[in-house]
Amino acid sequence: MPSPRGRREGGAEANGGRTALASAAGSLPRDPDSLDGGDPTLLTGWGRTAATLAALHRPDGADRVAEIVAGAGDRGVIARGLGRSYGDAAQNAGGRVVSMLGVRGVRGFDVDNGVITVGAGLSIGELGGLVTPFGWFPPVLPGTSQVTIGGAIAADVHGKNHHVEGSFCDHVLAFALVTPGGEPLTVTTATEPDVFAATAGGMGMTGVVTEATIRLLPVETDRVRVDTERASDLDDLMSRMERDEEYRYSVAWVDCLARARRLGRSVLMRAEHATRAEVAGGDGARTTLDFSPPRALSAPPGIPSGVLSTATLRAFNEAYFRRAPRLERGRIETLNAYFRPLDVVADWNRLYGARGLLQYQLVVPFGAEDALRAVVERLAAERAPSFLAVLKRFGPGRGMLSFPLAGWTLTMDLPAGRAGLAPFLDELDELVVEAGGRLYLAKDSRLRPELLEPMYPELARWREVRARLDPRGALRSDLERRVGLVAGAPGRAAR
Amino acid sequence: MRDALGDVQSALVLGGGSEIALATVRKLVERRTRTVVLAARRPDELTPAAEELRAAGADTVECLGFDAEDGVEAHAALVDDVFGRHGDIDLVLVAAGVLGDQERAASDARAARALVETNFSGLVSAIVPCAERLQAQGHGTLCVLSTVAGERPRRSNFVYGASKAGLDAFAQGLGDRLAGTGVRVLVVRPGFVHTRMTEGLDAAPLATTPEKVAEAIIDGIASGADTVWAPPALRYVMSVLRHVPRPIFRRLPM
Repeated sequence: MPSPRGRREGGAEANGGRTALASAAGSLPRDPDSLDGGDPTLLTGWGRTAATLAALHRPDGADRVAEIVAGAGDRGVIARGLGRSYGDAAQNAGGRVVSMLGVRGVRGFDVDNGVITVGAGLSIGELGGLVTPFGWFPPVLPGTSQVTIGGAIAADVHGKNHHVEGSFCDHVLAFALVTPGGEPLTVTTATEPDVFAATAGGMGMTGVVTEATIRLLPVETDRVRVDTERASDLDDLMSRMERDEEYRYSVAWVDCLARARRLGRSVLMRAEHATRAEVAGGDGARTTLDFSPPRALSAPPGIPSGVLSTATLRAFNEAYFRRAPRLERGRIETLNAYFRPLDVVADWNRLYGARGLLQYQLVVPFGAEDALRAVVERLAAERAPSFLAVLKRFGPGRGMLSFPLAGWTLTMDLPAGRAGLAPFLDELDELVVEAGGRLYLAKDSRLRPELLEPMYPELARWREVRARLDPRGALRSDLERRVGLVAGAPGRAAR
Repeated sequence: MRDALGDVQSALVLGGGSEIALATVRKLVERRTRTVVLAARRPDELTPAAEELRAAGADTVECLGFDAEDGVEAHAALVDDVFGRHGDIDLVLVAAGVLGDQERAASDARAARALVETNFSGLVSAIVPCAERLQAQGHGTLCVLSTVAGERPRRSNFVYGASKAGLDAFAQGLGDRLAGTGVRVLVVRPGFVHTRMTEGLDAAPLATTPEKVAEAIIDGIASGADTVWAPPALRYVMSVLRHVPRPIFRRLPM
């Protein structure tokens, strides 16, 4: 056996590079040793589960990305940003992974009209820090701003404003794609509608996005005006959320451990960007707006797995609920306080110990409130210790594989090591599918592959577009293999 | 691919006739496993087991011939064939092995050597190419069925114990060598298990069943353990027995 670690024979690069580019029409020499040429690196998602080894490449520009994609062997290639997908979306066992963090320059910024073109490796948080001083704001901010622009397109991420402003790709005017053959392609909804719709939420399987042009949101101040209210149970919460359309941002924290008559008690936080007039008297006269990242604390090392137990979380939930005001209107908060609560602790995922965590995010359409209620009841009955449970209303979705659909989305974090979690989540999946809902692939790490097709009705169309773009199957990922995104459920796929 | 909760989608079993292996595969198919390859000395005898696995939800079940005494080339060819046709194999379960006739093996050189080949050297030549393929795919679990009898050989079955001790040591070393490659090696040390292999023998204390061992294997895969004992209490029993002085150990009634 050759030494398993740090293998760097030159095979891949000899077969890749120029020769491969020249013959990228679909008859590439299959390279058996595609680990070579990058740094063999064990990768996981944010949940720190199911680590696999890949050759990690760190290109510094789009040209180099094209070479890496074109030279990928049988095990293929996938792009990776900041590794915030909870599961295995940005992993590619035995193949290549392209870190896009070296491709993050600003290519152009139209300050008057709020249109910016940036490298795909720039994070949404960094984008916010750049543009906020000029009176602009990222159009969509997910729960963590540690998400790259490329990742935001691949997962078509949503934020607290989805119900009124849609998902990230609704605000992308154009992007540059390195196609699976290694060719550059500029994509807009007008020129390449199919490629755009297959890439938005396409989990990186249509090529590697290297830069994107984004329409920003104008803001007058770096504050938000927040209305907070408590809801006594799930029905109370859902009826209060009927009025979400009056707000740009809305999100509810749900206590998934409260049972019986307090089932689904929650704190609803809705907000709008504050105007100059609203913050006048305070520091409304400020001319420099700020959205620089908070100074992050580190989670202490060596956390035992039991820290986040049902008992500690019940205590936390009780305190959180009691601390929230029953009803409070017009509180002025900083952008960071409202948008980046999770980014204050740098590596909070380590709180879940060695077995890691998973995040379960579902959406069910409006009208399927009973299914949502059933899920929350099952969660409460199971006493599953969820640190974070969040309920949101979605507006209509857009991409072929985009997660959002008009309805209710519920998100929760769960420790992966909990006994009996697998069959429990399988049961929830059934409830979700029966209700016409789906799970979020960017967060998934354990979906039963057979459920992918019922969850994503446009999957067949997506596969057609993808097959046209990538006939040789150069783009691969662990997620894609596990759920059979491209080839159908593993074991059933025609080989 | 293995998922976040430790469930695997495909499995290759070397020694597919083993009751522990079949109990394990049955439980795997109840969960996420859809592809099962059973490699065994008498693959045709596994048809009913294969049917049962299909009925339980496996999409692809295949029975192939595998004998530990086959040559190195035959083992390499089998492994290439399985990985080549089925794509990623998430779990390789090495379960082949025989108890042998201790009395004969202790005095008959041919029988002793055959036992060591079946339980140890013949498996090594199949494990090496499996480990290679797992490394190339960048992930996977190699689970090796050892025994507590390999932790400290007893005079009543020391040839069997020695062969398993060799396998156990090989698997441990391989696991250390593969650390950081995405491939894990899990060593499973059951105690006395009620199976055809032990039929007619007096059950030792802490005797267990194939189903219980299967549960321990599946928990071990999920938790990423290096070693599991079945039942778990044997870990502590063995850590005491390992340190019992030889003059006392050889007088113990076992």
